[in-house]
Amino acid sequence: MAQSETVSATDATKARKSELGRKLATVPANVWFVAIILLLVPTFTGDFVQYQVFGWSFVLGLISLSLMFLAGYGGMVSLVQMTVAAVAGYCVAIFGTSGVAEISMGWPWYLSVIAAILIATLFCVATGALAVRTEGIYTIMITLAIASAFFYFTRQNYTIFNGFTGFNGVLPPHLFGIDWRSPTAFYYLSLFWAAAGYFAVVYVSRTPFGLALQGVRDNPRRMAALGYSVNAHRIAAYAFAGVLAAVGGILLTWSNGQISPGTAAVGPVIDILVIAVIGGINTPIGPFIGALIYVVLRTYALDFLVALNLSGERFKLLVGLGFLIIVYWSPDGVCGLWNKFAPKLRLKRKENASTEGKTDV
Amino acid sequence: MRAFWKRHPIWSAILVAASFVLLWLIFAIWPPELVAVIGKKKVFVNALLNGITLGALYFLVASGFTLIFGLMRNVNLAHGSLYLLGGYIGYEVATLTGSWLLAFPAAFLSIACLGLVLQVLVFRHLDGQDLQQTLITIGISIVLADLMLWVWGGDFYQILAPEMLSGPVETFIQTGVKRSTGAPIFLKYPAVRLAILLAAVVIGLGMWLILNRTRIGMYVRAGVDDREMLSASGVRVQLVFICVFAFGAGLAGMAGVVGGTFQSMAPGEDTRFLLSSLVVVIVGGMGSIPGAALGALLVGLAEQFGSVYMPTYAVVLTFLIMVLVLAFRPQGLMGKG
Repeated sequence: MAQSETVSATDATKARKSELGRKLATVPANVWFVAIILLLVPTFTGDFVQYQVFGWSFVLGLISLSLMFLAGYGGMVSLVQMTVAAVAGYCVAIFGTSGVAEISMGWPWYLSVIAAILIATLFCVATGALAVRTEGIYTIMITLAIASAFFYFTRQNYTIFNGFTGFNGVLPPHLFGIDWRSPTAFYYLSLFWAAAGYFAVVYVSRTPFGLALQGVRDNPRRMAALGYSVNAHRIAAYAFAGVLAAVGGILLTWSNGQISPGTAAVGPVIDILVIAVIGGINTPIGPFIGALIYVVLRTYALDFLVALNLSGERFKLLVGLGFLIIVYWSPDGVCGLWNKFAPKLRLKRKENASTEGKTDV
Repeated sequence: MRAFWKRHPIWSAILVAASFVLLWLIFAIWPPELVAVIGKKKVFVNALLNGITLGALYFLVASGFTLIFGLMRNVNLAHGSLYLLGGYIGYEVATLTGSWLLAFPAAFLSIACLGLVLQVLVFRHLDGQDLQQTLITIGISIVLADLMLWVWGGDFYQILAPEMLSGPVETFIQTGVKRSTGAPIFLKYPAVRLAILLAAVVIGLGMWLILNRTRIGMYVRAGVDDREMLSASGVRVQLVFICVFAFGAGLAGMAGVVGGTFQSMAPGEDTRFLLSSLVVVIVGGMGSIPGAALGALLVGLAEQFGSVYMPTYAVVLTFLIMVLVLAFRPQGLMGKG
């Protein structure tokens, strides 16, 4: 009896293992390729590229991903995501340790991080609860107004937010004896959370909640008639997006070592939207591609512009023009371009292969 | 008016009482007890007048925004950039010709042309795609902001008002009595601000008359309500759109000259005015001109009183108004339900 039980148990684990194996086998080869390349990036790049290019891209991509989730699956373009990230960053600075000892409370890092994520998520939910009272295009206006109110408030308030200067010296903890701000460690830290966010969004989009949310996006009246609470789904989406943005905000604060009102000024708030749109606002991978393009442009546009005899400050012009071109000709961003042209290429390859086959015969 | 009185008797009574209190606060000489509680009368009346004139400026910017939004469902997030560009152009014209008055038509016409070009070349092709239009306007605002930074740099600019309007004038509001002679002291207020207030009132009335008494105004109002029906009844809707976009943009450009005269122009002012227009339109109701006037007045007053009586939290007061309106009347004070 006991023996047979153990046998069945091992069978079950075997079956589970083979199921896992089957699932892994269904993962397309190019995903494996990208994963392995990303894991190996630190072996062939320098500190600057790891920290300033990839680390920053992952963090901005994560914040932008929270916007993509709301916009792509929920149909709500919320410009408040960078503000949510900044709220989380401020909470880490206020509850944890920073260079401003009079305000920071010096809690241990795990408490301050949990508090930061909770408060930022609450902030996002409160914003969402206000924003879902109106529809579609109004959401942009209301969230933009809230984001800028937060910016002006933090700039004027010295008792909690330390005004214009904000907080400096906000550093990640030295966990397991590793300095998480060193380039390679931060690369893997941000990669881990970016991947976790990506897979969480992919997973949630396929859950009943995610499907209902997409239903709400496509036809709120019909979903309401079917008995779904439209506003509850939308607010829940804000909560999930709030968690993503909060994690991104904490990473952003740690990587910069500081947080100030400028982090969530109107420019950066809109940049998050620009990133999501450039990459593709309908696919979870889009924000990361957009962030990589944005960061690469921001880092290397200087050399390019100087080569054209322009001042390096014209970076914004470049980004703005690129954004205009992408919005006008490919609303789905770079991913949309890929989806447009990849099938044609594949078709061409197939045609070539078939014609080659014919000539062989 | 009478319908409002009948539907909301309590609110009407509160409004009447509040306006009586306000009139008393403006015209009476304050007793010392009141001065001890909320400070001098001069400060209060100055904040009130500043709030109203600031509201007038906000109205000039926001009325174009709300008109464009109401008719075309186009949230023009480049509106602040049009305002700032108008201000810069007005500055150039005023310094070149030495005429302050010439700056207004110059800014109006050039920004209206820009709006016309935008509507014809870009927005007409994206009709009905709200989100894409909004994203395009974001892109335009980024590009325009950088181009303006390129041309005019990061310095502050101010357009000088003509001699006639510089300096204060004496108003009829009495703030106190001279202790030595017993003669009344009247409030002095900058003439240029009063001129701007007057201009905003005239423009507002003009817009109201055009919208309610002319054929083109009728088209616009019909378009706000139902543009498919309007085009089905044979009106060339695209032409109406072009006119309204050009007019709204031109108004923003002209407001730039106004703002450049009694405030100053610098990079960042574009987003400031875009945001104030957003709040004004959210508070007042999207697409409604009287709503824009009411919202602009409320926001201007909130900003000025906030900065006088609670300097740290002035922004929060404006924001609070917006949140309250959203919570209790999401369509805005004058919006259609």
